[in-house]
Amino acid sequence: MNRIADAFQNKKAFIAFITVGDPDLETTEKIVEAAVEGGADLIELGIPFSDPTAEGPVIMEADEVALRAGTTTDKVFELTKKLRATVTIPLVYMTYANVVFSYGCERFAAQAQAAGVDGIILPDVPYEERDEFAEVFDRYGIDLISMIAPTSEDRIAMIAKEAKGFLYIVSSLGVTGTRSEITTDIGAMTALVKKNSKVPCAVGFGISTPEQAAKMAALSDGAIVGSAIIKLIAKHGTDAAGPVKDYVKQMADAVHAL
Amino acid sequence: MTNQNGRFGIHGGQYIPETLMNAVIELEAAYNKYKDDPEFNAELQTLFNEYAGRPSRLYYAEKMTKDLGGAKIYLKREDLNHTGAHKINNCLGQALLAKKMGKTRLIAETGAGQHGVATATVAALMGMECVVFMGKVDTERQALNVYKMRLLGAEVVPVTDGTGTLKDAVSQAMREWTSRIEDTHYCLGSVMGPHPFPTIVRDFQAVISKEIKEQMLEKEGRLPDAVIACVGGGSNAIGSFYHFIDDPEVQLIGCEAAGRGVDTFETAATINTGSLGIFHGMKSYFCQNEYGQIAPVYSISAGLDYPGIGPEHAYLHDIGRAQYVPVTDDEAVNAFEYMSKMEGIIPAIESSHAVAYALKLAPTMRKDQTIVITISGRGDKDCAAIARYRGENIRDDE
Repeated sequence: MNRIADAFQNKKAFIAFITVGDPDLETTEKIVEAAVEGGADLIELGIPFSDPTAEGPVIMEADEVALRAGTTTDKVFELTKKLRATVTIPLVYMTYANVVFSYGCERFAAQAQAAGVDGIILPDVPYEERDEFAEVFDRYGIDLISMIAPTSEDRIAMIAKEAKGFLYIVSSLGVTGTRSEITTDIGAMTALVKKNSKVPCAVGFGISTPEQAAKMAALSDGAIVGSAIIKLIAKHGTDAAGPVKDYVKQMADAVHAL
Repeated sequence: MTNQNGRFGIHGGQYIPETLMNAVIELEAAYNKYKDDPEFNAELQTLFNEYAGRPSRLYYAEKMTKDLGGAKIYLKREDLNHTGAHKINNCLGQALLAKKMGKTRLIAETGAGQHGVATATVAALMGMECVVFMGKVDTERQALNVYKMRLLGAEVVPVTDGTGTLKDAVSQAMREWTSRIEDTHYCLGSVMGPHPFPTIVRDFQAVISKEIKEQMLEKEGRLPDAVIACVGGGSNAIGSFYHFIDDPEVQLIGCEAAGRGVDTFETAATINTGSLGIFHGMKSYFCQNEYGQIAPVYSISAGLDYPGIGPEHAYLHDIGRAQYVPVTDDEAVNAFEYMSKMEGIIPAIESSHAVAYALKLAPTMRKDQTIVITISGRGDKDCAAIARYRGENIRDDE
């Protein structure tokens, strides 16, 4: 069994998103370790992009900070390798098509595999453009994670059938960021996924409280949190590891209690 | 030329979040339904003629021709359209389509403000709500257009992210569209973005080359030897080129904004300095660094200050059908002043890039040859900025 399937085995998964290089690479290393200690089941490592069109202001700012601090794709690979020495849970990259394409998809996939990465999320690569990337990542044993959105409707079955690793359910319209309420019928989306696919599905976008995480995980197989963690990092800077660990623990406990 | 997935050679495609996929699929279906619909086309033609003032004139620039002593120069006067630029062609088409689709709200990005003004104008005309995203830097260099959009009833949202210019305005408009799709059409202003936008915008702008062809045949009895237009995303250029693509004897020349020069970082000349990439929904050429981070481009012209180029232009470049040349700020400003003094026509600083290249090309051609320069917009909006460039301190609000 691969690491991603493992993360969902007999439990609901809590997934933490962390932008690599925000505020710097050393701190990211500590934050990832803290999130693991806090009980995260899978970590999404964001490779910063200059113009992240699916992100809200919080993650956009983190990308800017990380790029200003000199983060590059090569440095992300190095850090991942270093983390892999101790971290046993799945690590998944989250970035934009151009970061992979400009590096060369083949070269990127080879480096990612060598670094011990299990999957990749490319929010600007929908089903229609998937093959160009999936064909390469498949050969390196890296899952290209598919996303479905509240607007997907009749597309859900088609997307679910091709899904690898886990399926990312976008909870709401709009970009990433915390929301006070999620109004989408997540249960109905999950049911459609389950009818067409065996891969687990996790809900992201807008989740920040343990109550929301538990509610979303109850309707699916897991909850994904990004902006709320990034906000903590923005607040505590190089001292963010402690607060992130405490926060992840609360969130993971709420999800694991289901 | 477009295939099933909206490809132009290897360029184009639909690299957008899943949230938007059904919206572009719905748009494509609606466009396919209406593009050959006689009633839709009659309605659009009436708007073109009665509201926008088409066909636009093809003016023989006699003084300029004599002064340069080479090819005969014609100006395609898109600056005479209502709202003062070619942008209205696309906005009328898209707004009419959006209305047929039952949308009640238009959102748009704008650089120089011309597309924003055109969108706000058609929104007023058709009774639709309108929100325009504009880079903060651009709201300052084009303050008059911000006022116009508000006067026309649109909300203008200054975008402070990134470089505060056109690319950031596009990103923000895309983000807004993902958060409100049901009643909203994204009226994209150039031949860029995900399929079907590059095709739709091209088709609505193709009226430019359709008219040039008819007018040249009427005036000269033959096709022009060269058609020159400025290129940012490339909508007036593709509009000017389209009906000549299958006429290999017509040279097609796109003029890119080189800013302070293609050997500096302060440039927006995508074909001349960029590389293949994926951004804003499309595969094409972009100004970017070795890790695919989009470069903070620069041009004196807010309308050409964009790090990418439409996918069909990338393709025309690949196959050698069109040629893309860099024009610096300095050359464009000189051409702006030249055209004003020589012909009594103040061209937009964007269009001045095309004029600048014609100033170089015309003297190298024979007197029996012809050049058409598309004057994509009027230059009133640029006067204050050019005065500042020349060290004269006038203000927009004086």
